[in-house]
Amino acid sequence: MAADTTALTAADVHASATTAHGSGGIGNPVLGMLLFIVSEIMFFAGLFAAYFSLRASFIDVDGVKRWPPIAFESILSPFNLWTETGTLNVILPATIILVLSSFTCQFAVNAIKHDNRTTFLRNMSVTVVLGITFLALQIYDYSILIHEGLTLSSGTFGTTYYTLTGFHGAHVFGGVLMLSVVLYRGMAGQFSGKHHDMVEAASLYWHFVDVVWILLFSILYLL
Amino acid sequence: MATTTLHPTAPAYRSTLYEWLTTTDHKKIGIMYLINSMIFFMVGGLLALVVRVQLATPAAAPNTMGGLVSPEFYNQAFTMHASFMLFLFIIPILAGFGNYVVPLQIGAPDMAFPRINALSLWLLPLGGLLMASGFFVSGGAAASGWTEYPPLSGGQYSGTGTDLWIMGLVLIGTSSILGAINFLVTIFKMRAPGVTLFRMSILTWTVLTTSVLVLMATPVLTSALIMLFIDRNYGGHFFDPANGGNAILYQNVFWFYSHPAVYIMVLPAMGIISEVLPVFSRKPLFGYKAFVFATVGIGALGFSVWAHHMFTTGAVFLPFFSLMTFLIAVPTGVKMFNWIATMWRGQLQFSTPLLFAVGFLTMFLIGGLNGAFSAAVPVDFALHDTYWVVAHLHYVLFGGSVFGVFAGIYYWFPKMTGRMLGEGLGKLQFILMFIGFNLTFFPMHQLGLAGMPRRIADYSATAGWTELNVLATVGGFIIAFSMVPFLWNVFVSLRNGKVAGDDPWEANTLEWATSSPPPPYNFDHLPEVRSERPVFDARHGRTAAH
Repeated sequence: MAADTTALTAADVHASATTAHGSGGIGNPVLGMLLFIVSEIMFFAGLFAAYFSLRASFIDVDGVKRWPPIAFESILSPFNLWTETGTLNVILPATIILVLSSFTCQFAVNAIKHDNRTTFLRNMSVTVVLGITFLALQIYDYSILIHEGLTLSSGTFGTTYYTLTGFHGAHVFGGVLMLSVVLYRGMAGQFSGKHHDMVEAASLYWHFVDVVWILLFSILYLL
Repeated sequence: MATTTLHPTAPAYRSTLYEWLTTTDHKKIGIMYLINSMIFFMVGGLLALVVRVQLATPAAAPNTMGGLVSPEFYNQAFTMHASFMLFLFIIPILAGFGNYVVPLQIGAPDMAFPRINALSLWLLPLGGLLMASGFFVSGGAAASGWTEYPPLSGGQYSGTGTDLWIMGLVLIGTSSILGAINFLVTIFKMRAPGVTLFRMSILTWTVLTTSVLVLMATPVLTSALIMLFIDRNYGGHFFDPANGGNAILYQNVFWFYSHPAVYIMVLPAMGIISEVLPVFSRKPLFGYKAFVFATVGIGALGFSVWAHHMFTTGAVFLPFFSLMTFLIAVPTGVKMFNWIATMWRGQLQFSTPLLFAVGFLTMFLIGGLNGAFSAAVPVDFALHDTYWVVAHLHYVLFGGSVFGVFAGIYYWFPKMTGRMLGEGLGKLQFILMFIGFNLTFFPMHQLGLAGMPRRIADYSATAGWTELNVLATVGGFIIAFSMVPFLWNVFVSLRNGKVAGDDPWEANTLEWATSSPPPPYNFDHLPEVRSERPVFDARHGRTAAH
């Protein structure tokens, strides 16, 4: 008969509390992050539900059902690189930058899985820079929109626009912080081909933030 | 490289205050969850007494006020009573039991993320104090009912207290979400060898289901609260019909959380009595797998019934939500059957945990039956927002969950402290609580049918509601008094209660295979696990003894 008791020592406890064990291959931090992302999806689902509900019942100033309101139609068109007042419209470049950063982030994860630390650090740095660039472009975009008269109080469109993009921006900020910690720890040499759960967890979060933006861009600018 | 070198002369396990405040041990965190929740239970109970005293006397003459407090404070009292009881007592105390018991029952050394576990704990008193600090700002605490519907909870009609309430609740929700993630990873990744999913204790299953509900529902509440906050403070128009917003939208998003929350508040209590009933009936739980599927079924159905709180808004599809609500009775009925069949022809030992568990069964049955009445749309139209609803929710949450909580306290107190709680005082508490509970809440059925609305500060002496209200107030004080033998019992037993030993109840699950209280990291040796009752198996020589 197999051993009928399982003795646990302090070292075992330490090992089992910090690394994955048991049947599955997925590490505790990665599973924890996936579950956290589920909760984040539900958070955004609440906001999206409110958005679609308010959008469905919206009637513009001239009595026509239209979205976005006619007052903001032109400044929100993503494919005009210059607005009517001659300022730069950066929302499409910002989108491209965020999508690109998801790729560089994944390159970094793949690199550390193959124990290639230089490529990992290089790609992670680029990801952090791209993330910060996105945030800077979003702040610039907000300043333009506020200048054009779109504020949080501009009807339900303004309220939902700033709430959705604002909370997405806050999540990008959180993601940048997370990736910066990963980068810092990576430069300290704490990750390797065997130990990179945190890199993977942070990258999952970053991909999630990216997907939310693609959805937001679609419903706010395209649909 | 473990750094657990002990100084030879140092005591092996001594708890100082500093250790308790900085601990990441799931057992200490679990106990602190319980203590924190009990404090808010007492405060919430005092606020309930304010409500009961206010309603004991009607207005002496037209255009005068009866009772103790101003209508403004009365509104704060019932709002904060419900907020404390739901968000700071029932949900956290059940999470506390989960924290203490689940890692032990699955044979794990701790939770998967011990430091996040500590964060979840400490967010609770922080959120609770934020909420309670509303009493000290101008305008007082939140006062629009625990549901905080706009426009009443909007900036126009309520003050800073509501903002503090929102901030506090967001923190409490975050604590719940982090706790749920922790439970799920712990249950999926940290089970000891042999503990398969279908050998887990029922409590673990209910905590698992509850965690899924928390994970999927609580963030939606956060989004509702944040939208409310934006409307109140930053000129948003989510719930403002004058500017294209929709006030009913809040109710939809709010109840999308708050109905699953009802199951968050009762499923772990069901898990507790499912641990207690087999042990004190000296029989295995009847229909283990059926019980597990019923638990998961309640969790799944729980997401499709939220609008039964909104029948009278005229904005929801009545037949669907009514049908789904009735369907919930099916898995609940399965559980009822399981519990009764577990006790059937068992050798019942009427210790205090069993008394509270049977209290749960009977009171929850009444709460379930009057809930089924409210699920019928035409009946609900008549009963909506009357005292009938107050009777219903207390039969489920007090008669159900709170009796389950006390069953759990009497059952696991020996494991947590190494001492037994006194049986005499325990039975006295049960009798007082059972009588007081029914005296308080049964008359509310009749008050509701007689048309008394909930959340009113005063009523006319000619309405004919006075006698039943006096009865309910007397019952309320009996419930409050039942806390005296309980607190005395805890105090006395901690000092010189009977020493419990490892397994005083001759129980079934793994927490009874270690010492009382368990050492850090829980187990020196684990018994072999071949069924959902490993300790029973070991005691009866079915597996090698530990």
